[in-house]
Amino acid sequence: MSERSAAALIGEQETPAAKGRFSFRLEIDPARKESPWWMTIVSVVLALLLCAVFIAANGKNPVEVYGKMLRGAFGSEFGITETLVKAIPLLLCGLGVSIAYRISVWNIGAEGQFVAGAIAATAVTIYFPGLPFYASIPLMIVFAIAAGGIWGALTAIPKTYFQVNELITSLMLNYVALLALDYVVFDPWRDPKGFNFPGTPMFTEAQTLPVLGDTRLHFGLVIALAAVALYAFMIRYTRWGYELRLIGANPEAANHAGINLKRNILIVMIVSGALAGIAGMSEVSGVAHRLMYGISPGYGYTAIIVAWIAKLHPLGLVAASVLFGGLIVGGYSVQTLGLPSSISTMLQGAILFFLIAGNMAAKFRLRRNG
Amino acid sequence: MEWFIQLAVAAIASGTPLLFATLGGILNERSGIIQLGAEGIMLMGAVTACMTYLHTGSFIASLLAVAGVGAALGLLHAFMCVTLRTNQVVSGLAMTLFGSGLSAYLGKSVAGTPIPGSVPKLDLPFLEPLPVIGDIFARLDVLTWFSFALVIVLHLLIHRTSWGLHLRAIGDNPATADVMGIRVQLLKYGYTVAGSMLIGLAGADLLLAYSPTWIEGMTAGRGWIAVALIIFARWNPLRALFCAYFFGVMDTIGFKIQLIGSSIPSYFLKMIPYVVTILVLMYLGWRNRNKPTGAPEALGIPYIREQRF
Repeated sequence: MSERSAAALIGEQETPAAKGRFSFRLEIDPARKESPWWMTIVSVVLALLLCAVFIAANGKNPVEVYGKMLRGAFGSEFGITETLVKAIPLLLCGLGVSIAYRISVWNIGAEGQFVAGAIAATAVTIYFPGLPFYASIPLMIVFAIAAGGIWGALTAIPKTYFQVNELITSLMLNYVALLALDYVVFDPWRDPKGFNFPGTPMFTEAQTLPVLGDTRLHFGLVIALAAVALYAFMIRYTRWGYELRLIGANPEAANHAGINLKRNILIVMIVSGALAGIAGMSEVSGVAHRLMYGISPGYGYTAIIVAWIAKLHPLGLVAASVLFGGLIVGGYSVQTLGLPSSISTMLQGAILFFLIAGNMAAKFRLRRNG
Repeated sequence: MEWFIQLAVAAIASGTPLLFATLGGILNERSGIIQLGAEGIMLMGAVTACMTYLHTGSFIASLLAVAGVGAALGLLHAFMCVTLRTNQVVSGLAMTLFGSGLSAYLGKSVAGTPIPGSVPKLDLPFLEPLPVIGDIFARLDVLTWFSFALVIVLHLLIHRTSWGLHLRAIGDNPATADVMGIRVQLLKYGYTVAGSMLIGLAGADLLLAYSPTWIEGMTAGRGWIAVALIIFARWNPLRALFCAYFFGVMDTIGFKIQLIGSSIPSYFLKMIPYVVTILVLMYLGWRNRNKPTGAPEALGIPYIREQRF
């Protein structure tokens, strides 16, 4: 209820004072559903400006720092391949959380699902060490999918049957998975010849993913791109994709239309976890060639922003994961300037902030009162 | 008995940051604003406390600085949720990511440096003769006493005053509150800022009283546990006290089991608080399956005067 409609209710004329010539109000334009594409660029720029303040506060020249980050990530062949190597897990995890976000399931547990996949894939190398390439790689992938899927299901089951908020569950499970990782790399699976390095023995040739030429770019890229293509096809052309879009648009209507919400949440979380699990497998088998302490520099959390900045769009996911892969690589490259690499985490958070603020601000319109 | 006293003191020590964060979250959420940025605000509070204490050596100055940072972050969250009406879940997530990144960035120079001195204790001679309880109380610091006071104050505020009535009104039914002449948006701003200050204080307490060295990501999910605690406590400050100490015990018990020489690897014992959080939430969900959760009715729904969607 408002003053205006209350006045209308009792049949009163609106007072001229309310129609002041310079009286404006800001309101949400219901007709405007999507914010313009340039809003993404504006928010990235604003985030860079905000973080420039903190860089300057640290006594560094922001332009120099950003320049170095950009050159580090995209300025050389090594930088570009390294960026793409980082983009692979981001793309897979980002794809995973995108599927969940489609139906408003806030999976923030990609980090834990990634680690679960990495641990499961490594278990194959520990318990079946002698398998040939064509047996061990598929088995590692299957194990990773299973572990990631189980980790996802552990978030979905409390949600569907016990009304537990998935944000809390998925985050708690991240810590459980990270502690499990610490346990295996510090204790039972630690490389006896590793000089106390918290990691498993190096994988054999048969347990590593093939790489492109003599770069570090591995087969995981193909898997990730195939997964994105599959996602794009599934969302647009399959019945299940239609169901997911319907649930995302209006869960109540979907329920009345006979779509089983609980089952869909469970399946979506398993798929979401499995994708992050594959990312974990491709990271140990394609990049690190062993399971080690701190295997993920927060891929699972960055993936949340990747999904959001891409607006869950397949091509957007590819672009955003390359951008954020570059941000991670750039973050490492400024360490030589004496800045911590956490500068990239800070930037990520700031980008997300401005992105949601900008997307919302774009929906406002200015109206004359009266 | 000594064993019990030690457990109780340790549980209170690890429960107090959770208590502050839960109380702050309750204030936020009672006004209808979801606060998922607790982890990030706690980290910012901890790093601010550490840096200020190392620079000034003043306990009071640290707390004031933390309150300022908490207020600034709360203002940001309120601007996003109240003025811009963004998705409150995502705004909170952004706050967590930004807070953990910024705190790691700012805290790089002080990481690993233990802060000299500790939070002053309160000397209450009349409590000393009490058996057991006297021993426990003698070991509590000022911040813990402050948290006790805060529980009582907030309980009275929410349930016994007209301010509390207004707070509950804007959380349950902002449109009605608006018609009654309550300044909904202003109060939402106020309570979000106040709540975020308390969450920042939770981080400061964690650093100053519990583990006096800044380490990147030192809250280790405590902000999220506090979010869960708000649900356990059914948005009620008195229950929050018991819930926070219950989690304090869960946090401590693994350590105690290790001390008595168990062969369970410490990694599994450290999982206890996280696993218990999920299990307790599941138990509550099952027990309250047909009952209201106690959540403010308009929680997470932005209030827009004159507009419907």
